[in-house]
Amino acid sequence: MGAFSGLSDRLSHIFSKLRDKGKLSELEVKQAMREVRLALLEADVNFSVVKQFVNNVSQKAVGDDILKGLNPTQQVIKLVNEELISIMGTSHSKIEIADKPPTIILMCGLQGSGKTTMCGKLAVMLRKQGKKPMLVACDIYRPAAIKQLQVVGKNANVPVFEMGQIQPNKIVREAIKEAEKNCNDVLIVDTAGRLHIDETLMDEIAGLKREFNPTEILLVVDSMTGQDAVNVAQKFNEVMDVTGVVLTKLDGDTRGGAALSIRAVTGKPIKFCGTGEKLSDIEVFYPDRMASRILGMGDVLTLIEKAQSAYSEEEAKEMQKKFKENSFTLDDYLMQFDKMKSMGNMQQMVSMIPGLAGKLKGQDLEIDEQKMARTKAIILSMTAKERKNPDLIKSSQKKRIAAGSGTSIQDVNSLLKQFAQTKELMNKMAGMGKRGFKMPF
Amino acid sequence: MGLFSKIAEGLRKTRESLSKKFYSLFTGRALDDDFYDELEEVLISGDVGVEASEQIIEELKEACYQQRVSKAEQAKDLFKQIMIDSIDYEIEPYSYPLVILVAGVNGVGKTTAIGKLARYFTNRGKSVVLAAADTFRAAAAEQLEVWAKRSDVRIIKHEEGSDPAAVVFDALSSAKARGTDVVLIDTAGRLQNKKNLMNELGKINKVVEREMPDCDYRTYIVLDATTGQNAVSQVEAFDEIIDVDGIILNKLDGTAKGGVVFAISVERELPVVYVGVGEGVDDLEEFDARDFIQGILEI
Repeated sequence: MGAFSGLSDRLSHIFSKLRDKGKLSELEVKQAMREVRLALLEADVNFSVVKQFVNNVSQKAVGDDILKGLNPTQQVIKLVNEELISIMGTSHSKIEIADKPPTIILMCGLQGSGKTTMCGKLAVMLRKQGKKPMLVACDIYRPAAIKQLQVVGKNANVPVFEMGQIQPNKIVREAIKEAEKNCNDVLIVDTAGRLHIDETLMDEIAGLKREFNPTEILLVVDSMTGQDAVNVAQKFNEVMDVTGVVLTKLDGDTRGGAALSIRAVTGKPIKFCGTGEKLSDIEVFYPDRMASRILGMGDVLTLIEKAQSAYSEEEAKEMQKKFKENSFTLDDYLMQFDKMKSMGNMQQMVSMIPGLAGKLKGQDLEIDEQKMARTKAIILSMTAKERKNPDLIKSSQKKRIAAGSGTSIQDVNSLLKQFAQTKELMNKMAGMGKRGFKMPF
Repeated sequence: MGLFSKIAEGLRKTRESLSKKFYSLFTGRALDDDFYDELEEVLISGDVGVEASEQIIEELKEACYQQRVSKAEQAKDLFKQIMIDSIDYEIEPYSYPLVILVAGVNGVGKTTAIGKLARYFTNRGKSVVLAAADTFRAAAAEQLEVWAKRSDVRIIKHEEGSDPAAVVFDALSSAKARGTDVVLIDTAGRLQNKKNLMNELGKINKVVEREMPDCDYRTYIVLDATTGQNAVSQVEAFDEIIDVDGIILNKLDGTAKGGVVFAISVERELPVVYVGVGEGVDDLEEFDARDFIQGILEI
């Protein structure tokens, strides 16, 4: 016991801090929300959106049960993250296909948001899905925009339709005829970048919507956009009633708060992301990734997630009961190993727990993958009875187990000793508080 | 969907222009905590950033205290001056031969800015050559070529995919041979966290320093006024590689007003040199802090 008492003392000290609050108080929520507000603003989420968001989540958070293993701030961040993910929508985004071909996809957005490149990426993606897309060049203003689309089309290995710098409706009309001739079932229409306040150009693109009623109208937005994202998205959505949003340049280091602002004002799904310069660099949108990116609290979120996913509430309760009743078996022990493995590197986990980093360095937390595999093999070589009651394991059983697992009798002995110690420690810790505790890992 | 409609409601206010908000803020108010909170709100919603906003407000509080100002109307001029001072820099006049390297992330309007700069210099009687060193983006050189024609200046370009440093070398050699006054170098857009591309830019930079060591050499980063706080990171990263001399702030003709330059000014004392206000060849103006603030605030 001697060696373990120091460790358990320290653990009990840390856990008492986490444990003493059952529900989130108003003050705790307020304090944590100060951090959240700042994080969101620095990520360029629109000011009004932040305000509304923080108010909403605060109301929900007060009185919420604090998950064991988390402190109040982490608990609030957990709630914030969940709320962000739910606002951000789903990742089941795909391109809608018209009942009767051709499907028309109309791209719109500000200058430099990355429409032309995204046209090429969509074309490649659709081609891989067995479609026969054609690109239509309707950016009739920017110098060499048509040429750029042609090069993109060539790289994407899809045809490009262009008629020079004439009225876009005429171009699309002809493009549809051409598509029917060549059996192209999807038309991706590239348009000129335009300011949302440029009425002439907004009228022009609204004209495309009116005449062709595209199946998809995608608003392309630079993920580095600042506070103005709300104005841009709102106006484009008002005029075009877009069907979805595409976020570009997400391979940069932007926090991408615009994503949240846009979702908040349009309610339209973010469908795809541009994540690089190559035409294959297109991804479906992952709300959870985006949420943690915006929040910028990756470490804390990983910790929360790992604590959650590794131990479901029930498993944790079951385990606590076992500790208390001292009915912890080698089967449970084996499960612990699997859990630990699923959580990844132990040192890394420990370093993420505020207050724990440093304190436990050099303790028994270092997990040797090889040793873990050996331990697993040993346990798996035992009979079910033996796993439940290790006292049954005498020297002849040990010989059998060692042979079965390809280890030595010493290995089996040391495992059994380790298990006995762990069991004792668990038992001690479980008795520490009324509410029990949750392992930090 | 409840949240969406609520937020949309809240945003109706935001859609009022920044200037309107400033106007109502500085009219008939006491300088209390509410006033400063609202001012912070307006600044942040103009992309000024949390830190820079706080700094500006602290300065304003201090100035109001010093000068015993208690009414919003009187604070207006103090506020204006603080805003101006925080982005007003002395810019050294050009000498010739002059080389300008234009860099920035994708889609900010580098090529367009170069096109306008070409006209800016020919209007001043200077001879200009353009270096099409964006050899990456499809049809970038063609785009620059159109701009070259608009101002009737020479352009040096290579094949797509060729070494941009070689294009720059050729452009500089050509300028030296012909005694051209101004070399404008267009570069490919690159996100600031792409190491290889940033190193490539460093190589271009070295070519200029080596080939024309005695010329007036300026490096400008182009920023999109619509960009949020990431612009700070952009400036920092490019500054590391090419020691940026100034900012070209593009797309000021939209509803975004480029408030992030205040945040940048807090981090690095970098002047805005030009502003882009449209897609026409003459839509480039020399930056003037007073006009800029006047334009944003209209107060």
